[in-house]
Amino acid sequence: MALARPGPPPATAAASPASTAREAAIPPAAWITGLVLLLMPAIASDFFLVQVFGWALILGTIALSLQFLAGYGGMVSLVQMTVAGFAGYMVAILGSSGLTQISLGWPFWLAVPVAILLAVLFGTLSGALAVRTAGIYTIMITLAIAAAFFYFTRQNETLFGGFLGFNGVRAPVFWGIDWRAPVPFYYLCLGWAAIAWGLVVWVVRAPFGLALQGIRDNARRMAALGFDVTAHRIAAYAFAAFLAAPAGILLTWLNGQIAPGTVGIGPVIDILVIAVVGGLGRPIGPFVGALLYVLLRIFALDALVALGLSGQRFQLLIGLGFLVTVLFSPDGILGLVERARRRGGGASERGGGG
Amino acid sequence: MATAIAERLSATGRVNALELRGVTKQFGALVALADVTLSVRPGERRAILGSNGAGKTTLLNCITGDFPASSGTIRFFGEDVTHFPAHERIRRGLRRTYQISLLFGGLSVLDNVYLACLGVSRGRFSLLRPRREDALLESARALVHAVHLDAVAERKVAELAHGQQRQLEVALALAGAPRFLLFDEPAAGLSPAERADLVAILNGLPSHIGFVIIEHDMDVALRVVESVTLMHEGRIFKEGTPSEIEADPEVQELYLGHGHG
Repeated sequence: MALARPGPPPATAAASPASTAREAAIPPAAWITGLVLLLMPAIASDFFLVQVFGWALILGTIALSLQFLAGYGGMVSLVQMTVAGFAGYMVAILGSSGLTQISLGWPFWLAVPVAILLAVLFGTLSGALAVRTAGIYTIMITLAIAAAFFYFTRQNETLFGGFLGFNGVRAPVFWGIDWRAPVPFYYLCLGWAAIAWGLVVWVVRAPFGLALQGIRDNARRMAALGFDVTAHRIAAYAFAAFLAAPAGILLTWLNGQIAPGTVGIGPVIDILVIAVVGGLGRPIGPFVGALLYVLLRIFALDALVALGLSGQRFQLLIGLGFLVTVLFSPDGILGLVERARRRGGGASERGGGG
Repeated sequence: MATAIAERLSATGRVNALELRGVTKQFGALVALADVTLSVRPGERRAILGSNGAGKTTLLNCITGDFPASSGTIRFFGEDVTHFPAHERIRRGLRRTYQISLLFGGLSVLDNVYLACLGVSRGRFSLLRPRREDALLESARALVHAVHLDAVAERKVAELAHGQQRQLEVALALAGAPRFLLFDEPAAGLSPAERADLVAILNGLPSHIGFVIIEHDMDVALRVVESVTLMHEGRIFKEGTPSEIEADPEVQELYLGHGHG
């Protein structure tokens, strides 16, 4: 796949339904990665399992929903973290938390699906507002929604618990398994991340996803072929929200709480950084970006202190990393890897399978 | 559903394929189209000629809904489509090509045509991948064959030669069950051999499918149509058969002048 075109939309659109002949088999690298992730509990400590891999898988899934919209739909949405946070809030409000005067105490099997449904609705409505705009205006309008939600949660005491939010929001216990314990929780995160990744890989080769890529490349022509471009874009937002919402619930369970800080402008931008640094070209990119982000967040602090600098500077490192990536590899770390591989013989054309 | 098709078929016999009444398009103070009234019978093939800026492409854009007309009505097989969005007009059997190829460069030729077939079918939102013997896929393959692009079916469109991209433009317009086509300078930038190929493709279209063609190359335009409309500064200036138009001294003065001088 010699891409003559530089820069992002890297047209992984080789993933097409029509060209079934070229349908890529899952490459060995993906099998190995999957196996390692499955066996991780045998090698990693509880801290690594939850605080590093669990967190990275969650953030990666949220960033994946952005990658889907941006990479395949050409819509850079900053509202994905907000959708995830919204789901987290809903689970806290509908289910149980430390804030008993607000939380309704519904059982998890009711609270979780309803929370996801409401978050998908929220994401779809945000999309409906955003899809008539393009480029920088999509970014601005989704950022505005994210900011509005952040300030709303901070000021609303009666429903969203104001500045402190909800604490004591825990993963449930069912099938005799305590899902808040490190190993089950890790598998919960891994499970949803894998499903979300698989869904994206599948959908971009299905007619819906192919049409979305057509709209990304040329919306006017798609309308002239009979596609309702607006409806298609809104549906893409709904799908993306469906990926992000469960991840938001997992994030709430991971932290044991949900507060305005989770949906602040900082985390919203972090999701964009994760997706871009990882690479918008393929669904695996956001997970690579998320792992790097999490490692930096956790260990940059110690490294900086060891160097005699203030630990608070970790944001600086992340920012620098972002700058360097965008400057030297507009298609993210994945792009770097791909180019390195091609230079080193270029035997296997296209790995990853998504 | 069956009655709808029957209605359409019977309508095909009686009603004009295209019926424009007083269509005007203004861009701010600029009047790009002024009170254009035009009717085209089903199956009729008509050329729209005129110098640059005469409003030909604007007229096509108003007909397909790429941008809406400022005033006037547009009927497509009797149905008032003036306020329909573009995709609704397309789903009723209207098709167009673009002057500058608007293709999906990152996708293969087959995928481009597949999308065109998908656009006018159900299942636009389908999450199921097509099987090898999928009907849409079959019709996409047939179209690729019809415009002589079999050899490059799996190639990415961005890698195609200009002439091949123009042929693909035509294929996209033929997808589904078109009832009427609009060609916007299909011969632009083609070599003489490719032009002959294009004339063959246009003349080979089923006779019940009419079209309007904008074309600067008289050798192409006048060989594929039975009637001609001449536009000048956003207005319809003259209508007639190709030979009448060619013989008209006023027309020669205004438009064909330098070509035949």
